[in-house]
Amino acid sequence: MTTTLSPQTPGSGPLDVQQELYGAQLPSWGSKAVVGLALVVGAALYLTGTNLVLAALAVWVVSLGLPVWSVVVEGRRKATDRLVTVLVTSAFALAMFPLVSILYTVISKGTKVLSAEFFTYSMRNVVGEGGGIYQALVGTLLITGAAAVISIPIGIFAAIYLVEYADGNRLSRWIRFLVDVMTGIPSIVAGLFAYALFVVFFGEGVRMGIGGSVALSVLMIPVLVRSTEEMLKLVPNELREASYALGVPKWRTVAKVVLPTALAGIVTGITLAIARVIGETAPLLIIAGATDSVNFNLFDGRMATLPVFAYQSIRSPGIPPEFSIDRAWGAALTLLLIVMLLNLIARLVSYFFSPKGER
Amino acid sequence: MAKSIDVSDLNIYYGDFLAVEDVTIPIAAKSVTAFIGPSGCGKSTFLRSLNRMHEVIRGARVEGKVLIDGQDLYGADMDPVNVRRMIGMVFQRPNPFPTMSIYDNVLAGQKLNSKRMKKSESDDIVERSLRSAGLWAEVKDRLDRPGSGLSGGQQQRLCIARAISVEPEILLMDEPCSALDPISTSVIEDLIHELKSQYTIVIVTHNMQQAARVSDETAFFNLSGVGKPGRLIEVGRTETIFSNPTDPATEAYIQGRFG
Repeated sequence: MTTTLSPQTPGSGPLDVQQELYGAQLPSWGSKAVVGLALVVGAALYLTGTNLVLAALAVWVVSLGLPVWSVVVEGRRKATDRLVTVLVTSAFALAMFPLVSILYTVISKGTKVLSAEFFTYSMRNVVGEGGGIYQALVGTLLITGAAAVISIPIGIFAAIYLVEYADGNRLSRWIRFLVDVMTGIPSIVAGLFAYALFVVFFGEGVRMGIGGSVALSVLMIPVLVRSTEEMLKLVPNELREASYALGVPKWRTVAKVVLPTALAGIVTGITLAIARVIGETAPLLIIAGATDSVNFNLFDGRMATLPVFAYQSIRSPGIPPEFSIDRAWGAALTLLLIVMLLNLIARLVSYFFSPKGER
Repeated sequence: MAKSIDVSDLNIYYGDFLAVEDVTIPIAAKSVTAFIGPSGCGKSTFLRSLNRMHEVIRGARVEGKVLIDGQDLYGADMDPVNVRRMIGMVFQRPNPFPTMSIYDNVLAGQKLNSKRMKKSESDDIVERSLRSAGLWAEVKDRLDRPGSGLSGGQQQRLCIARAISVEPEILLMDEPCSALDPISTSVIEDLIHELKSQYTIVIVTHNMQQAARVSDETAFFNLSGVGKPGRLIEVGRTETIFSNPTDPATEAYIQGRFG
């Protein structure tokens, strides 16, 4: 039996290497061209009367032509890569869709009522056109502010206890468990809790801004504890040891080394927690109620808030309804702007307070 | 200034685990003592027990006596915070405070304890500490810059400056050069030679040549097996330990025939 070896002709070596290292490739404009084509097809279909969902589906199907083209020219490995890239990108586009859609709707419907009057007038004695959200703006800022004042110290101190002092003891495990449970508390339950608490002191039917603050802090505290705890855990132990080795007592180490090092993250956590509760409607509906008048006193009577105001305006718009509905969108847009402002502040704070040299 | 340390029959535990067993060692004032030995033999644990830093770890405790100039370090009326003000420490990894400038890092011992000082006084302390740490020339124009922007070797010297700015009596160094290049290492070794005139220095090192270069006394630690406590095998003049050790294990370790 003989083994036949393919004859090694001189000069074929470099050619083999070339075949192994260089493969056929799509032109560099290939992927852009396919996506462009897909978008053109989609736009054409949409403009000729196909509905939006079908047009989007068409864009996606045409994009899938890219991996098909690739499998013909480039081979399987690169085609798989391109297929996954298309899938991941379309998942991203799908995830962006609701966000963009909400922003678009709120901005397009909300901007037309925005005016100086809208921000500086209350709804007192306003029927039909005019009026504003001043009372709701004041209420939202006061109630959320008070909620922050209540929950920030509690949340941060609880986190400091868990990370710096508890040492994994039984109490800390229970606190952590309960905080996790509290994170999932439905906001209506927090509202009922605050209502029940205030009924004990003020009797049935109590309406107070501060009650709303209490309900919101019930929602805020677990978020704060968890985020602060994670931030404190990120502070390297070496820094604590360095501080102890200088003869600094524990409480000063926590106050002057650990907290400043984690400050940027903690402030970001606080802002996100505020953003999380500022749009709560259900608990405020129960305990803070709604009113058309401006009320600066957290401890006396009903207080309007932006989410409740939007809800009321949509639910009972009056006649004619369009002015009230416009105001609801305006209130929603204002709420959105406040949340965006808070996020911006959080970014700035974490930029300016993060440990120097590590930016 | 500069105090002596006298350790007798010291056992160090983490919970129920005996980590270091039966250490007896005298450390003279204004001397440099090097601890050498394989990893996990309890050198660092023992070093940390000399300023009660090991207590930071939960369940750590000691039995036995540590006398600092005759005072019992573990006496009931000794405050670990005051102990650490008297016995400074430099760690393996440079750990300047990232939120502070170079200037504030040097003064961290004072600032964190909210000690009030005149500006001129604190300027003096910063300059003196940085000069002793051999860092002054490199950073004097950028004292307000963050300490974490320095190179590794500079950061370690910054940490030494921070440790000596509170004027401790004793300076403990836990592998201070293990993360540094040879040039920074030799700078720090020169520094140790200079600091010897004012401080009692104890240094843990994995570098035999370094122990031979910087120390007056050398102590060799070893452990007989996995899970067994570390022990002090022998201690003596550095020349003696390196040229004519009594214990065969010491000789084997120093010559690199170990294990």
